Amino acid sequence: MQRNILEYLEYTVQRVPNKIAYANEVTGISFQEVHDSARAIGTFLNELGLYKEPIVVFMGKHPKAIVTFYGVVYGGNYYVPIDEEMPRHRIELIFKSLNPKVIICDENTSKIVDSFDYQGKVYQYEDICKTKVKEDAILEIRRKAIDTDPIYIVFTSGSTGVPKGVVACHRSVIDYIESLSEVLRFNEDTIFGNQTPLYVDACLKELYPTLKYGATTYLIPKSLFMFPIKLVEFLNENKINTVCWVVSALTMISAFGVLDQIVPAYLHTVAFGSEVFPIKQFNLWKKYLPNARFINLYGPTEATGMSCYFEVEREFELNEVIPIGRAFQNTEIILLNDQKQIPKMGEVGEICIRGTSLTMGYYKSFDITKEVFIQNPLNDAYPELIYCTGDLGKYNEREELIFVSRKDYQIKHMGHRIELGEIEVVINTMDEIKSACCIFDETKKKIVLYYVGNVTPGEVAIFLKEKLPRYMVPNVIEAIETMPLTSNGKINRVLLKEKYTNK
Amino acid sequence: MDRMIEILKGLHPEVDFESCNTLIENKILDSFDIVSLISEISDEYDVVIPAVEIIPENFNSAKALYELVERLLEDE
Repeated sequence: MQRNILEYLEYTVQRVPNKIAYANEVTGISFQEVHDSARAIGTFLNELGLYKEPIVVFMGKHPKAIVTFYGVVYGGNYYVPIDEEMPRHRIELIFKSLNPKVIICDENTSKIVDSFDYQGKVYQYEDICKTKVKEDAILEIRRKAIDTDPIYIVFTSGSTGVPKGVVACHRSVIDYIESLSEVLRFNEDTIFGNQTPLYVDACLKELYPTLKYGATTYLIPKSLFMFPIKLVEFLNENKINTVCWVVSALTMISAFGVLDQIVPAYLHTVAFGSEVFPIKQFNLWKKYLPNARFINLYGPTEATGMSCYFEVEREFELNEVIPIGRAFQNTEIILLNDQKQIPKMGEVGEICIRGTSLTMGYYKSFDITKEVFIQNPLNDAYPELIYCTGDLGKYNEREELIFVSRKDYQIKHMGHRIELGEIEVVINTMDEIKSACCIFDETKKKIVLYYVGNVTPGEVAIFLKEKLPRYMVPNVIEAIETMPLTSNGKINRVLLKEKYTNK
Repeated sequence: MDRMIEILKGLHPEVDFESCNTLIENKILDSFDIVSLISEISDEYDVVIPAVEIIPENFNSAKALYELVERLLEDE
């Protein structure tokens, strides 16, 4: 039985050592190089005496960053991906939460780390990737490893203003990769075009199946997602046949009529998720790629990547929503109503997940973990955890699961999960702000911030850009005289939303 | 031109769009901004920006964007 994700690599490197595993627009690295450099980094960390420690990987989006992830795992540690796009404040919060002993950087990011108040050690990839591999040390680490040991921590938005670190283990990642690969039918000829950042769990879809099958992943430069014709040209130049993208990346191609001009000729598998795919745009894709498979994916970071899938094989009306379908093998979806009971067929309930794909919970946050990783209320016989997603779902008449909405103020924006509360917490730390409230415009997909305070929207924008990731900075910022309140004295979100809609 | 600056200010109130001509190189605009801009420009000026015109050179400054719109209006 497979116990470690690196077994994928060890199997593949025997078979296709010289094949390119990960590439970007200028360079590519083979499975042999991935294997050698990762073991070198593992040896290096072992010689520092680090074991079962969070190791921050703070590097640009590059194949070397992926090698470093595996290097961290070879050393018996778990990686925490950080990206230069993250704002300083968020990185500071993550450092505070982890207190990492070691950060691995590239040339550019090591300069950024120098500007932080960070006491631990900083190493550069180029200096450690040539460490002489100690075979016995690597073997001994593996002998001691068990499959519930952590592999990574990724941080997601938290309503208190502090990002939460989700800890995933080998078992949950293997379970996910096996189920996902079966549904999407990856194989050795799969050529992935990666869109998602390396600091979110979404990139697991490309990273690990590449190891498992000896496939190839191209990291697509972020700038191409602004210029759709160039993007499709990139896909064709590299014969990319499989993409797992957020919906907005796909609609940016179809909505501008790009498919009229140029079609991604090699694309045969299109997985998408994290947002609703407008049917009009979906139909354009279907029209130009009639033979491709289109699969909607759904899942929370807390249950390792994705949990549900739906392959689109029938026509949808323009006002219909593509279902999220059914759970992957070895995963169960349980809908629960407010009484923690299964609702009647067709009624709405909270989407809860049962299975090996559950992650370990939030790093050093036992209380928050207990709120959402709970004893299965349908089981009073023995301990069994389920994860409550906070998403509401229901079954349609075909018994396909449909995503309805969120329970709280969390939203999905540009494929990222965002707590509106986190934005509010941050803006309220600005001295001049008396009161602030965020709402989300579902149709135009805009985050709208209303505030009361003696400060211009421009100043608010500058402040927020320093503290929040770009995708969390409100798209509309507006000052108001007074904040509307409900009879209980809470901010009246409904009224604000009406005010915004009627504008 | 003033209207174009207004639209851009709506996205990034703190940027000096009169003078900045490196909106793409300096990563001031991201893919979300490009999508918003295209839809707002088409509403405001009643022009369709064709896919072939969605290239970095046309989005690097307010001036470049304005010239693009003028060119598209003349071609109509």
